[in-house]
Amino acid sequence: MLSVSNLNKRYGDLDVVKNLSFDVPSGQCFGLLGPNGAGKTTTLRCCLGHTKPDSGTIRLAGLPVPERAREARMRVGVVPQFDTLDPDFTVTENLIVYGRYFGLSKRECLARVPKLLDFAGLTDKANARIEELSGGMKRRLTLARAMINDPAVLFLDEPTTGLDPQARHLVWDRLKMLLNEGRTIVLTTHFMDEAQRLCDRVAIIDHGTLITEDAPRALIEREIEPVVVEVYGEGVEEWFNEHAHAHSSRAELAGDTAFCYCRDPEPLMKTLESKPELRALRRAANLEDVFLKLTGRDLRD
Amino acid sequence: MTEATLTAALSDHAPTANRWRFVHVVRRNYLVWRKLIGSALVGHLADPLIWLVGLGFGLGSLLPSIGGLSYMAFLGSGMLCYSVMNSASFEGLWSAFTRLKMQRTWEAILQAPMTVADVVIGEWVWAASKAMLSGIAILLVMALLGLVESFAALWVLPVLLLVGLAFGGLALIVTALAKSYDVFTYYFSLLLMPMMLISGVFFPAEQLPKIVHYIAQIFPLVHATQLTRGLVVGTPLDNIPLHTFVLVIYAVASVVVAIWLVERRLAK
Repeated sequence: MLSVSNLNKRYGDLDVVKNLSFDVPSGQCFGLLGPNGAGKTTTLRCCLGHTKPDSGTIRLAGLPVPERAREARMRVGVVPQFDTLDPDFTVTENLIVYGRYFGLSKRECLARVPKLLDFAGLTDKANARIEELSGGMKRRLTLARAMINDPAVLFLDEPTTGLDPQARHLVWDRLKMLLNEGRTIVLTTHFMDEAQRLCDRVAIIDHGTLITEDAPRALIEREIEPVVVEVYGEGVEEWFNEHAHAHSSRAELAGDTAFCYCRDPEPLMKTLESKPELRALRRAANLEDVFLKLTGRDLRD
Repeated sequence: MTEATLTAALSDHAPTANRWRFVHVVRRNYLVWRKLIGSALVGHLADPLIWLVGLGFGLGSLLPSIGGLSYMAFLGSGMLCYSVMNSASFEGLWSAFTRLKMQRTWEAILQAPMTVADVVIGEWVWAASKAMLSGIAILLVMALLGLVESFAALWVLPVLLLVGLAFGGLALIVTALAKSYDVFTYYFSLLLMPMMLISGVFFPAEQLPKIVHYIAQIFPLVHATQLTRGLVVGTPLDNIPLHTFVLVIYAVASVVVAIWLVERRLAK
């Protein structure tokens, strides 16, 4: 449904995207993960034909991009990172006006509106003004708006950033519905729980380069030890220097917390028994651990 | 759905994808305008009426006729162009910039199967159409005051559309380059206002030094007032092809440049 090969984009002296390739088969959910400034949004913009790559080939919905991007977008829905709803229109009017950009008549749009409002949980808000909606409602309306043309592929740029847990779960639920209907989803996120929950495959990119790509579970199994022990409290540094490396395959001290990655945590846990002042959290490794291992813990602002 | 059937489905869609796509943008802006119709009509009708009557009666009673024309008739025909220029510029600057930057309306439209050219041409045509309403309102007021010579004055409508397209296009160029609203004040105060003073809107440009008179010819407004005045109140009309040509060049060149600039701005 989407195939990107050897994509390159540079702004001035900065390589924003470097030799990036990936494929998204029909019906899959594909996640582009990376720290801020990794090139996620630029990659999405290239895929939709908004930014012309310096080199590389892109095919979206069977058509070459950017040459025939406009036609390809007939079958695509987009949820941008920032709110772009029309504040001068009501909820329903937003859907109708947007449908016209796809060449749909008012009658065709009106026929689709009730189902879309139901999908977005906004039936009660059909005639509400945009300013009356909460952040979660706006995001759901944006998702409904992206569905007005019954798209085969959806592009979502950080779909749940800024939402509270209730609103995030509702958005995830709706995205799963769309996947069950056989649609393809391409999303960017820096919430690893979101990627782990929704994506069939994820690609981790940093500094414009693809670091690794696989199913979330496979990545966790391949890239990282299965158990993580987090230790914090008075004297953690002393304990870390003495025991951490000896009893775990990999350990790092970030701020006041020690992260120890191991296959068998028992020996490590034993060293903690005589240190009641230290608190330990033992948990299964997750995608965030993989992400931090591959992209580092340094801040990207 | 396989990619082959998808491509086939797309080619079936081709008929809706024609050069009239910009109409969707015009329509979107019209629908918003219709919601605010009260203030819009006051702006279109009351504003020019107050100016025309106020200045026309107040100042006009002090002034002799200008080339056999009452001051009111002179002023009215100038105000036609001036208010079309104003209205198109305002729409292409403040309103278009709001949709570009604040509301991200253009960004949303471009996620659909629309192009930058569709959006900019839509804004351009909308700015000119809305500006024409201002012109038509003044024409009506002038007709009611008995200042319009004949129905031949209706020929001024295509001229007003051209004036709107010329100034709408110029405004969209400024919008494409603008970082914030501030620059629009400069454009109005440093370009449009002086242009208005040397283009024979409120007083005959012949009053001014010869050099200023020549400089004015570079800008579109003087050509607009010449055409309009001739068509509406019957002053001698010459150089029709030249005046029209200048307005057409401004209208077409400005929108071409605006499309190119907005494409460049949004490709980043």
